[in-house]
Amino acid sequence: MQFLRKQFPVMLAFVMGMTMFIREFVPAKFSERLYYGFTNWAIVITGFAAVFAILSLLHHHMNKVRRRAQGYGYSVITILAFIQMIILGLVFSVEPRTPAGWEYQWMFVPMQATMFATLAFFIASAAFRAFRARTWEALALLIAGLIVMIGRVPIGEYISTHLGTFADWIMNNPNMAGFRGIVLGVALAQVAIAVRIIFGIERTYMGGGD
Amino acid sequence: MLNLAILLQAESELLPWQQSMADFFFSDGMVTLGTWIAAGLTLFMFSFVYKDNPLFRFGEHLYLGISAGYLMSLYFFNNMKPKFFYPLMPFLDVSGDTTLNLWVLIPGILGLFIIFRLIPGWGWLSRITFAFYIGGFTGITLPKVLNGLLLPQFYATIDRIPYMVTSWDELVLLINALVLFVGALSVLVYFFFSVEHRGFVGGVSRVGIYTLMIAFGASFGYTIMARVSLLIGRMQFLMFDWIGEEIVGRIAVLFHGG
Repeated sequence: MQFLRKQFPVMLAFVMGMTMFIREFVPAKFSERLYYGFTNWAIVITGFAAVFAILSLLHHHMNKVRRRAQGYGYSVITILAFIQMIILGLVFSVEPRTPAGWEYQWMFVPMQATMFATLAFFIASAAFRAFRARTWEALALLIAGLIVMIGRVPIGEYISTHLGTFADWIMNNPNMAGFRGIVLGVALAQVAIAVRIIFGIERTYMGGGD
Repeated sequence: MLNLAILLQAESELLPWQQSMADFFFSDGMVTLGTWIAAGLTLFMFSFVYKDNPLFRFGEHLYLGISAGYLMSLYFFNNMKPKFFYPLMPFLDVSGDTTLNLWVLIPGILGLFIIFRLIPGWGWLSRITFAFYIGGFTGITLPKVLNGLLLPQFYATIDRIPYMVTSWDELVLLINALVLFVGALSVLVYFFFSVEHRGFVGGVSRVGIYTLMIAFGASFGYTIMARVSLLIGRMQFLMFDWIGEEIVGRIAVLFHGG
């Protein structure tokens, strides 16, 4: 049993990792079928993982209701909203001309859009704090942010006709340089972590305990 | 009661009762009701700008429940039905494109192992699933990251530098290409912690910090503008779809003194 708990998962990760890695360099039909077969299986596993996530969410909220914790009424709302949506969604599907589609259009979309729109206020207040030019680095952040913001609204055109062009230049050059450096760093880290997982050095996916 | 055959039916014509239900939900009355509910929920969510309050928390928890239910249903119809239930029960697929495939029981069992995490003493079984899933995707990702991301990004960074400069436009191209090359390289040096950031390396690392700051500032400004456009969209919904263009027009006239 100890073998199944500890060694077998590491061996399985190695076999799966090496198989899918070598498959990339095998130009054969079975190699393609292996790829699509694995990704289809992964989709099924993801579905069960989503069920697990939902069960955890419901478990958390049901516990709050059971304990009559502070604000448990809101948990009742979450549970009821979930149950009615999943029933409507599964019975009538989630196409636009269905009850679930109606809820999506008139409840889900407005709430989601408003939540992100509300962030405009909080980002603005965060900007007020972050953009105080205490250091040269903060000044660089402030100037780049202001130019991009002002360069993209009509008032920028009134200040200078070149401001929009300069905002575009910042987005396409220094901004791209910064993010390309980050992307390259992430890619290098991905390669390193992939090798560590395949060879069993990185085992955090196994979690703790026995 | 949920009927399995209805749950798993293919995307075909709606049954008569489903059709009448669809007509009902898209009647004028339901659209008006929807507009009022959407406006109410929009105001509930906006109320958080003032401070945390019961109306916002109601909206927040409603959103959580609805989005979880909606996304689960969507995943069921788009993925689980064609890739798991149809291969196990091909007679449910009225298109007849699916054949019996019992191999899908394996990911089904592996998926169940994840749910076993909720049962004390059985949680370790999920390690097998994670090893299968993560191991497989690691093998897929490795060559894709090397060939599709790392090398093309390096190439694109260097390739923009022109071989010779004979005109003003080419000089601008050269400056832009150097900004990109030096910026990206210096950011990489900034994240390279195996060498102490002193002397030349320290100088390059400082350039990296400034490049990152400009990039974050630009992205920050860009994000604010995106959020503001969402805010304008919500305001337009409240003013024109909910209150109505005519009433808003009259209010505007009042403020502008006719």
